Amino acid sequence: MSMTMVEKIIAAHAGKEKVKPGDLVAVDLDLVLGNDVTTPMAVNEFKKIGFNDVYDKNRIAIVPDHFAPNKDIKSAEQCKIIREFSYEKEIKNYFEIGEMGIEHCLLPEKGLVLPGDIIIGADSHTCTYGAFGALATGIGSTDMAVGMATGKAWMKVPETIKFTYTGKLNKWVGGKDLILYTIGDIGVDGALYKAMEFTGEVVDNLSMAGRMTMSNMAIEAGGKCGLIEPDETTFEYIKDIAQRDYKVYKSDKDAKYVKCYEYDVSKIEPQVAFPHLPENTRGISEVGDIKIDQVVIGSCTNGRLEDLRLAAEVLKGKKKAKHIRLIVFPGTQKIYLDAVKEGIIETLINAGAAVSTPTCGPCLGGHMGVLAKGERAVSTTNRNFVGRMGHPESEVYLANPAVAAASAIMGKIAGPEEVM
Amino acid sequence: MILTGKVWKYGDDVDTDVIIPARYLNTSVPEELAKHCMEDIDETFATNVKSGDIIVAEDNFGCGSSREHAPIAIKASGVSLIIANTFARIFYRNSINVGLPILECAEAVEDIKAGDELEVNIETGVIKNLTKNNEYQANGFPEFMKEIIDAGGLVNYARENWGKK
Repeated sequence: MSMTMVEKIIAAHAGKEKVKPGDLVAVDLDLVLGNDVTTPMAVNEFKKIGFNDVYDKNRIAIVPDHFAPNKDIKSAEQCKIIREFSYEKEIKNYFEIGEMGIEHCLLPEKGLVLPGDIIIGADSHTCTYGAFGALATGIGSTDMAVGMATGKAWMKVPETIKFTYTGKLNKWVGGKDLILYTIGDIGVDGALYKAMEFTGEVVDNLSMAGRMTMSNMAIEAGGKCGLIEPDETTFEYIKDIAQRDYKVYKSDKDAKYVKCYEYDVSKIEPQVAFPHLPENTRGISEVGDIKIDQVVIGSCTNGRLEDLRLAAEVLKGKKKAKHIRLIVFPGTQKIYLDAVKEGIIETLINAGAAVSTPTCGPCLGGHMGVLAKGERAVSTTNRNFVGRMGHPESEVYLANPAVAAASAIMGKIAGPEEVM
Repeated sequence: MILTGKVWKYGDDVDTDVIIPARYLNTSVPEELAKHCMEDIDETFATNVKSGDIIVAEDNFGCGSSREHAPIAIKASGVSLIIANTFARIFYRNSINVGLPILECAEAVEDIKAGDELEVNIETGVIKNLTKNNEYQANGFPEFMKEIIDAGGLVNYARENWGKK
């Protein structure tokens, strides 16, 4: 019987020959992840389970990235809980300030997420690792606690939706635009409870950064995960860094999909998602005149070197508009350092950007760029819900790094063509 | 178990950022989270919600973040049950894991108005609207999830079933 990639991964981790959508199974986990917001609650639950040790010290990752470096005393207390837990349980992959990064930029860089893995993370954007052909999905603190203790999680085998992208990408269009366009088409619950599989020549030609951006936002369509079949690009990325052996799973040619979508990308221009849902997308030519106050470039969605490079390409030799606050936060220390070496950071600072140490802060209105009442931001992040980046009456417009950079120059939402 | 309470009604895509805004996530204390529950879409909720009250919403309730603080804030505010057309998957999981009852029932969601009094049998999924004198049948839980619920949540289930290596 034929199976999709996700079905094969679940079957292998559940010790079964075959699973089908709707089956509820217990699976063995390759990695369990948490951050400073979700892990303290998981530590509490872990204590209730009554196990002394975690199931495997090498297969847990704890990253203080949301309100870290600590934004206030309460956050400092939360970070202290997870730091002490990590030391006590000898968690190998606890990343302190100075070595940490935004979790979904950091773990791939460390070779901790690999093809064929099942990874659960107490962070909804854990689905990012689908870009490596892993089943990676967001869960809550209780699942994290049980995962840390037992190495297991319960899972419902999802149906799979296939998305095929063909044609030639337009200039300034990348992974962010493809996924925003897709969410705009199917809606924020268009893939509810389902696995998304991204395929086609366009995906084949994307870098790992572009692929991670796509998989990252599967959750914004309600998806359980967003997978891309591993290929030479994947193997090249992990060849020197993989921390474990891995196994590649591919969907059978005759695998059953619950739905198939096909997109001709030559018709897709840079996308902007209007408040207050990621599905409210428009092409850049249909945006109109929208004045903004702040531009944020970074996050687990678009905080990788390729993203910063794109922003710098647009901002080189130019200045942000006087009234704009341009905030750039590289995803990890390595990305930051590579961007320094490449001259990207110099370009961004000369353009008037404030460059921050890695943190999730501004994306979720935590710190380092909170919006006041009535303010508007263009952001390369992933959510534009009511109050997401600050005051409930502020607005967030989601876009790719080139659009964000052009918007910073123009002081309003603008495409790169307008400033180049 | 029979639950009774008054209805708070909301629309589609109630996301975790409005259920409990991230600015309050620097704590995990349920009572503190409850003080700010729903405040970005309904400032009256946290102060007026009564123990036992029921949230009824349309599609994709709880979309967005994985924060377990969301079902915990709702539970700590006194809400006994959420009824919706559909739930976002992480919220669905988290609710089961923390013991917050949830039911999917489109027929009920369509008919129920804010302020209606409901009487709900969690085991059978029968929802009685005492205000309108109507009755609706919600979808049941799969057997596996019932076992988690009956164990009193995932922590107990895991201790009993996935015990020592």
